[in-house]
Amino acid sequence: RSLVPQKVQKNHRKMSALQEMSPNVRNIKQLQYVALIRRASQIKEELRQKVRKPYKEMIDVCWGDPHRAGVKPLTFVRQVLAACLYPQLVDSDTLPVDVRQRARMLLRGCAGGSVGSYTAPAGTSEIVHGISEFITRRDGGAPSYPENIYISPGSQWALQNIINVLVNSEPSSPKTGVLTPLPCYSTTISSMVGLGAVAVPYSLCEERGWELQVEELQRALESAKGVCKPVALYIVNPGNPTGYVQSRKSMQEVIRFASEKRLFLLADEVYQDCVYGDNSEFVSYKRVLAEMGPPLSDTVELASFHSASKGFMGECGLRGGYVELVNMDPAVMKYIYTLFSADSCAPVLGQFALDLLTSPPQPGDPSYPLYRQVRGSDDQFAGCLIVVNSLPGFSCQPVEGGVFAFPRMHLPPAAIHKATEMGMQPDLFYCARLLEEAGVFVIPGCEYGQKEGTYHIRFCIMVQEDIMEELLRRLTSFHTQFMKDFS
Amino acid sequence: ISCYLSRSANTQFSVRRSARDITNMSQQAANGLPCRGKVLNLDNMNPNVRRVEYAVRGAIVQRALQIDKELKEGVKKPFTEVIKANIGDAHAMGQKPITFLRQVLALCAYPDLLDDNKFPDDSKQRARRILEACGGHSIGAYSSSQGIECIRQDVARYIEKRDDGISSDPDNIYLATGASDAIVTMLKLLVCGKGRDRTGVMISIPQYPLYSAALADLAAVQINYYLDEDKCWSLDIAELKRAVTAARQHCNPRVICIINPGNPTGQVQSRQCIEDVIRFAKEEHLFLMADEVYQDNVYAEGCKFHSFKRVLFEMGPEYSTTVEMASFHSTSKCYMGECGFRGGYMEVINMDPEVKAQLTKLVSVRLCPPVPGQALLDLVVNPPQPDEPSYDKFMKERTAVLAALAEKAGLTEQIFNTVPGITCNPVQGAMYTFPRITLPQKAIDKAKAEGQVPDMFYCMKLLEEEGICLVPGSGFGQREGTFHFRMTILPPTEKLKFVLQKISDFHIRFTQEFS
Repeated sequence: RSLVPQKVQKNHRKMSALQEMSPNVRNIKQLQYVALIRRASQIKEELRQKVRKPYKEMIDVCWGDPHRAGVKPLTFVRQVLAACLYPQLVDSDTLPVDVRQRARMLLRGCAGGSVGSYTAPAGTSEIVHGISEFITRRDGGAPSYPENIYISPGSQWALQNIINVLVNSEPSSPKTGVLTPLPCYSTTISSMVGLGAVAVPYSLCEERGWELQVEELQRALESAKGVCKPVALYIVNPGNPTGYVQSRKSMQEVIRFASEKRLFLLADEVYQDCVYGDNSEFVSYKRVLAEMGPPLSDTVELASFHSASKGFMGECGLRGGYVELVNMDPAVMKYIYTLFSADSCAPVLGQFALDLLTSPPQPGDPSYPLYRQVRGSDDQFAGCLIVVNSLPGFSCQPVEGGVFAFPRMHLPPAAIHKATEMGMQPDLFYCARLLEEAGVFVIPGCEYGQKEGTYHIRFCIMVQEDIMEELLRRLTSFHTQFMKDFS
Repeated sequence: ISCYLSRSANTQFSVRRSARDITNMSQQAANGLPCRGKVLNLDNMNPNVRRVEYAVRGAIVQRALQIDKELKEGVKKPFTEVIKANIGDAHAMGQKPITFLRQVLALCAYPDLLDDNKFPDDSKQRARRILEACGGHSIGAYSSSQGIECIRQDVARYIEKRDDGISSDPDNIYLATGASDAIVTMLKLLVCGKGRDRTGVMISIPQYPLYSAALADLAAVQINYYLDEDKCWSLDIAELKRAVTAARQHCNPRVICIINPGNPTGQVQSRQCIEDVIRFAKEEHLFLMADEVYQDNVYAEGCKFHSFKRVLFEMGPEYSTTVEMASFHSTSKCYMGECGFRGGYMEVINMDPEVKAQLTKLVSVRLCPPVPGQALLDLVVNPPQPDEPSYDKFMKERTAVLAALAEKAGLTEQIFNTVPGITCNPVQGAMYTFPRITLPQKAIDKAKAEGQVPDMFYCMKLLEEEGICLVPGSGFGQREGTFHFRMTILPPTEKLKFVLQKISDFHIRFTQEFS
């Protein structure tokens, strides 16, 4: 028996209609490449049905998702997780000794010895302590306090909680503004808008490798006058989509700016483990702040974010991230605790992934040799950029960090014209063609914001080697044809 | 590098210390001392967030954690452990995970185990299917924001089976980071308007404080409807009407939330009652949110879980094509008790397609729900079948868990009702008891003198004297002048008996002390 819903009664007014829903949610921009997502899904299905195409598999490099792009999970991580999930494995000798020891330790920190229990809202105490020790080591000894750390289902969740606290939601007050980079990862902008804040863009300078310039921060701040009240400055370092890694000097300028203009500093540092090249080094905002000494080190309010989703761990699906809060008003911290507690806790496996990230196998551990095997060399990334830059019309700034390439494309006028005719952004048009004809799924730059009249694509470069080769081969072949078609 | 960074106050300390900090800061500000005000402070932080409370993890729990610490440090107390009967966490209280579920999840986490013959074939088959649906065949890849498609299909089939064939569209299923995430998402979507037009959301009193927290955060108007304690916490349409009519004076009521089986009250609504609520929702033009996370936790004779969707469709097209609804389920409760996975889903019915598109857009901001939680949900909706190797063990474990809960539900009601001053309604379902306690006037006065709500005063004393952590009824809402506490029925039977005895003894002592 199946009661299929019949035609809706005439003249029935919907209980939830577009006019009667949250304006904040309505204001969130729809993804520009939504049509690509749908088409990619269809293509995947068509390939499954063995429909004839110029390619056997789709190469999906649109997300910063190494596993999706063929990179294998770390054996040690997965062995520990399996043992924690099914503790019979802890006592058998199927798994290496250090795996079993770590699983025992992690399970001891769980109520009832089970990963199925809730943890404390900020995360298991032992794991949170481990994170604070990791931060201290990373930052050359600058102390980190466990009570200032909150684990969340992915770093964006924690970022949303912090922005929620920053936003002034009183209808009579001016809207809250957050300075955000242009280009910027679109999810963060959506979060801010969804919470009732306004994103105030500051342009990164493409000609200088996507550098952040303080004068541009100043200009952005001024542009906000009469529009909103900026309360925070959001920095992504290493950048997404840009791959820029900030110098210490630049970071000091930003800190001084934030202090002067009384802005809360939001430092999204999830790509801190992805730094390449000899001239780049990741240093955390916290460390730079600590080294600048008082009064700045005692007063600049900072939230820094990290995640188990990126780096060579790439465990995006486990949803493990954290925020460290620095120099916060203790009275406000109480409310942050309440906000996180209403979320219950972060998924336990995500918390474990963070623990494995911050306390990896050490030399001498049985799992250490396998764990340390090089995964994707700097050479591989450099090689990728050489190919991309060799394509006519492509120019890509050096990728010092992050997991994406964000090359600029100088598209032929005929292509731009065709795109405009079809009502599409030119780079979206390019991506749609690339998906259809070459089975390569990348995201157009219009999704992130870019200077008027410039076009980009973003794709993940933390990709399994064979897949990278295939990607570059298909891209080269497609691009050559495209340029011919629109010459 | 020397330490230049100032240390924020430890938020694990009691509420009183934080209050002192605030007072200090205000005084400093008032005296114009050279204290450079914080960029983010009490005065300029989101005023909505200041109104958020979540009693289940509130002040009493923080004190319990502190006592835990003290015990570990060797401080002598009248008890050797703190029993945390405040939170619906089955595994924390010793309930064992279901073997089959954990086998499949381990295989998903570390697929090399697929070659290990210690794992039964049906567990491997499920794992392979799940991995096939994951990006790069890894549970570490992001999934689509709405959740892995084949899992949503499995959820839809489960719902159809549960609801005797009433069709369910996978596209109406949204997987989430626990049911709480889905509930908050729906409220975020629906709350709008200014002043007298501000969205009003009806919620039962007593309620699970996630709702009041979310409503405070969103500055929605909370419209309370009282459950009838004398009638086993049943829902009364006259009371719903009273509440919504009064609310129309100052807000725009648009949503009604109902928790069935109830939390904290445990009542299982009758089919008639569910029909009445649906009729009421249609008449008053309200979006219905049906929180059904305890749907397998039904114990009492004569009680049965009726899904809102099923009843809706059985009421015919006049209702089934018009009433807009979202129903919620989770992997945290029932027989699984897998809270730490944060798995759950909602099914939306009759939603305006444009609004649904907005919902789909909104969930993408969360990126995706945890994939292990999605995998777990897939197993819950797709358990071993009678012809499969794991079936017998699975059914044995499942039955044992639910039978134990039923036994403890009965035991709890029975023992509490023997104590003068404690009245306990039957625990028909869910995982909690919410007994009413009579407090002597002297105790009420003493509490008020100390600036505490009387049932918090009671629960704090119980914590300090017996090491048992409950949540005062004030955290859930109750009729003025009545007092309650919420206790979980999750501890193992022997420990539960111990806890019930201790609370009973404490209550008698307390009553005497303040007589």
